[in-house]
Amino acid sequence: MPRHTFVLNGAPVTVDVESDVRLLWVLRDVLGVTGPKYGCGLGVCQACTSHINGRAFNPCCVPVGDLQPTDEVTTIEGLPATVGKDLHPMQQAWLDNDVAQCGYCQPGQIMAAVAKVRQARDAGHAITDLDDAVFDEIRNICRCGTYHRIREAIVAAAGEF
Amino acid sequence: MAATGDQEHGLGRRTFLGYVLAASTLTVAAQLGEAAGAPSRASAAVPSPPEPAELYDLNDLLTDATLPTANLISIQVHSDGTASFALPRAEVGQGVTTSSAMLIAEELDLPLDRIRVSLADARPELLFNQLTGGSNTTISTYTPIRVAAAVARGRLLEAAADQLNAPVAQLTTEAGVVHGPGGATVGYGELAEKAASLTTVGVPVTLKAPSRFTVIGTPRGRIDALEAVTGRKQFAMDVTVPDALPAMVCRPPTVNGTVRSVANLAAVRAMPGITDVVTVSSGVAVRGRTFGQCIDAVRALEVAWGPGTEEGASEADVLAELHRAELPLVVPPLPLLTKAVDLRFTFHFASNSALEPNCAVADVRADRAEIWAALKSPIVAQETIAADLGLPASAVTVHVTQGGGSFGRKLFFDAAREAAEVSRAMGRPVRLMWHRTDDFRQGRTHPMSISRVRATYSLGQVLSCEQRHTSVGTDFSHGVGEVITALAAKLPVGNLGFSETIFELTQQTPYAFGVTTQLLAEVDRGFNTGSMRNIYSPNVRCAQELVVDALAEGMGEDPYRFRRRFLKDDRARAVLDEAATTGSWGRSMPAGTAQGIALHPEYHGFVAVLAEIDCRPQTTGRQIPDAYTGPRVTKVVCAVDVGLAVNPRGLEAQMMGGIMDGIAVALSSGLHLEDGHFLEGSWDDYFYTRQWNTPPELRIIVMPPTTGEPGGAGELAVAGAMAAVACAYGRATGTVPTTFPLNHGGPLGFEPLPTVPPVPASPTDGLSRAY
Repeated sequence: MPRHTFVLNGAPVTVDVESDVRLLWVLRDVLGVTGPKYGCGLGVCQACTSHINGRAFNPCCVPVGDLQPTDEVTTIEGLPATVGKDLHPMQQAWLDNDVAQCGYCQPGQIMAAVAKVRQARDAGHAITDLDDAVFDEIRNICRCGTYHRIREAIVAAAGEF
Repeated sequence: MAATGDQEHGLGRRTFLGYVLAASTLTVAAQLGEAAGAPSRASAAVPSPPEPAELYDLNDLLTDATLPTANLISIQVHSDGTASFALPRAEVGQGVTTSSAMLIAEELDLPLDRIRVSLADARPELLFNQLTGGSNTTISTYTPIRVAAAVARGRLLEAAADQLNAPVAQLTTEAGVVHGPGGATVGYGELAEKAASLTTVGVPVTLKAPSRFTVIGTPRGRIDALEAVTGRKQFAMDVTVPDALPAMVCRPPTVNGTVRSVANLAAVRAMPGITDVVTVSSGVAVRGRTFGQCIDAVRALEVAWGPGTEEGASEADVLAELHRAELPLVVPPLPLLTKAVDLRFTFHFASNSALEPNCAVADVRADRAEIWAALKSPIVAQETIAADLGLPASAVTVHVTQGGGSFGRKLFFDAAREAAEVSRAMGRPVRLMWHRTDDFRQGRTHPMSISRVRATYSLGQVLSCEQRHTSVGTDFSHGVGEVITALAAKLPVGNLGFSETIFELTQQTPYAFGVTTQLLAEVDRGFNTGSMRNIYSPNVRCAQELVVDALAEGMGEDPYRFRRRFLKDDRARAVLDEAATTGSWGRSMPAGTAQGIALHPEYHGFVAVLAEIDCRPQTTGRQIPDAYTGPRVTKVVCAVDVGLAVNPRGLEAQMMGGIMDGIAVALSSGLHLEDGHFLEGSWDDYFYTRQWNTPPELRIIVMPPTTGEPGGAGELAVAGAMAAVACAYGRATGTVPTTFPLNHGGPLGFEPLPTVPPVPASPTDGLSRAY
């Protein structure tokens, strides 16, 4: 069986699994990392959103064989360590705004929000308003409908990291 | 539980009976069902005769049902100073673990962060006392949980009196500590074992007066928020059960189709990672090392399928049958000058699919079974699965896990039942999950319906309002049925059928519209149906509120002031006024944009919603990849009175979610039925509200306590929001919308996924889309 090595939440991991298995299932079913959630397996709902080399992506759409040993995969479990704290400022903003309802989509929402803020910042844009057009680019589904508090949390955290 | 007098102040505090149970650490209990002692039932306004739901609604029924069969709910105080409580309800995002912890914190004087609320396993002795539905949890548990907590505090005080050698009257409690004379203190943890009882004893208690509340009625964050934002919150598919490998079912191409034969069982069994492939009643089940390999196996199966229960059916067929089944109106001929509004609305199938798809873990052995799933009717699930397996119910343990949303879906236990069947057939534990595409196409739907409303008016008065709602049958086989059967004699609705009873108990007209009748007719078809964040209300009340707008227009009145004039209840008028004032009702707006306002009463509460919509081409034509944009709700103001908001912050969250649902069912989220199957198969097909549909301006106002008793929250906002959005659309475009969702008749907006194989392959280009 093929072996695949990559960096997961700061530490190298090696798994024996077929190369075409999507990373989401390697994380959840093989490695037991359950923060990233399944919502469609189609790259649509974004519930599994995690980071690869600091950019947001959907592990449900990446065959594990496409990863290089140097690729750094960060799931919600590894997010706080990227800023050297117990909680990332985005997670703290989520708590401050009591965003989560059922919570199922929230790890993906937070990972997407962190990347979206960075992406906007790199483009010279600060997210300061609830009606910022950048929110139209966040595709994550929240079936509980927490969208407004998500916006409030992102605006609150945007300048904090 | 007995409640005794002490009513000298009219709304005086009553004494309740709780229990101290025999246990090694302080364990206290109360019976469920006490809340029925003081229900708030709206009084009817003359001259409109009351409808049944005004006198006795579904919540009264669910609450009263707990009385004769009640059993104990218990709280434990531990030696580490914490308290724990296993709530016999499901938590699916609605916040009942948090609000229950708040009730305990209030009466026990223990900080919220030292209270752990878990979800109880199925407890068959609770009979219908473990159903989570009808927004009833807080209504039915408000008093019992407080009684138990008050008993605990009393026992802790007695133990402290002994330890501190001081009379109870000289002791006070604060934040988990008993304070005695001279600055002496002792923590609850130290008292927990001392306060325990060797025998079970009844203890009368008086509850804290509302004027002394420091927790109830204050905004609090969810107790599970940290777990949610760190990814540690455990849902059914995150539970570790040894050897419970992923399992998935290859499902038929049409609704409820059946397996005739499988051509390549051996080949699929030999696929990488696959351990088992068996035919079961719903399709062909596969089990493997990863869900990804299960998806591959499902796609590889070559199955000959038999017909389903709706073979060849299209929504035109269903619509025709609904029209044939519609009940006639009964209002007699009216005076010559009487005018009428007569409108008929169509509501298409909608999906109550949550983001967490149908899923369950099952470990079935020869003599026992164990199930893990988010279940709102765990006792019925336990009994049904036991019967399927030929085991006594006592041999089936059902654990209720945290739910990733419900919206009606988790009233049923389709995945738990299927997982048990698959585990038995394979002889191994399984972690069974539905693919998203299956969840839309074979999962339960909110049934298609039509609603005709005819209202007559003359000389500034509305003389009659008749509504005939005709719907594909809603499946209620999740346990409310036992409740209805048990209480049939008590209901003020005579010998109606089951669904008609539910309809009569939930639907009310908040306006004094003279002779008012609302009747349901159902057609029984072969669809998998269920409730969807309300049963009938969003559709029924949306239809009615659109007719209210039409009446106002016909009578030359402003929609807000017209509603205000005819509302029967002062609480309704107060929320309507609040929404209109805060939302600047009547402000000048550009052509193609408008406000709409609507009112909805249910669950012992009232909600008013003001919505602003933008239907101008530059807005409806917004281009977002793979998205439905359409008319944009730009602002929503919602005022809500639930009698007493235990956690106003949680209530706001429920209103926010209900508003997003109302926007979706009004504008965009529906299922298309074609040739025996639903076309939608992904979240980019089924247009639930997304960020680009979210109103940038949202204001929710929680009214101060009115009745002093909590009402329901989870579903309350949907009907009001749907109606307000529909009314706004009608006023912005000059055309009363009659088909919902509004986009249903337009171009499909997506390319339907194939039905064979039933699920699509996961993409492989994820890295190229990283941002």
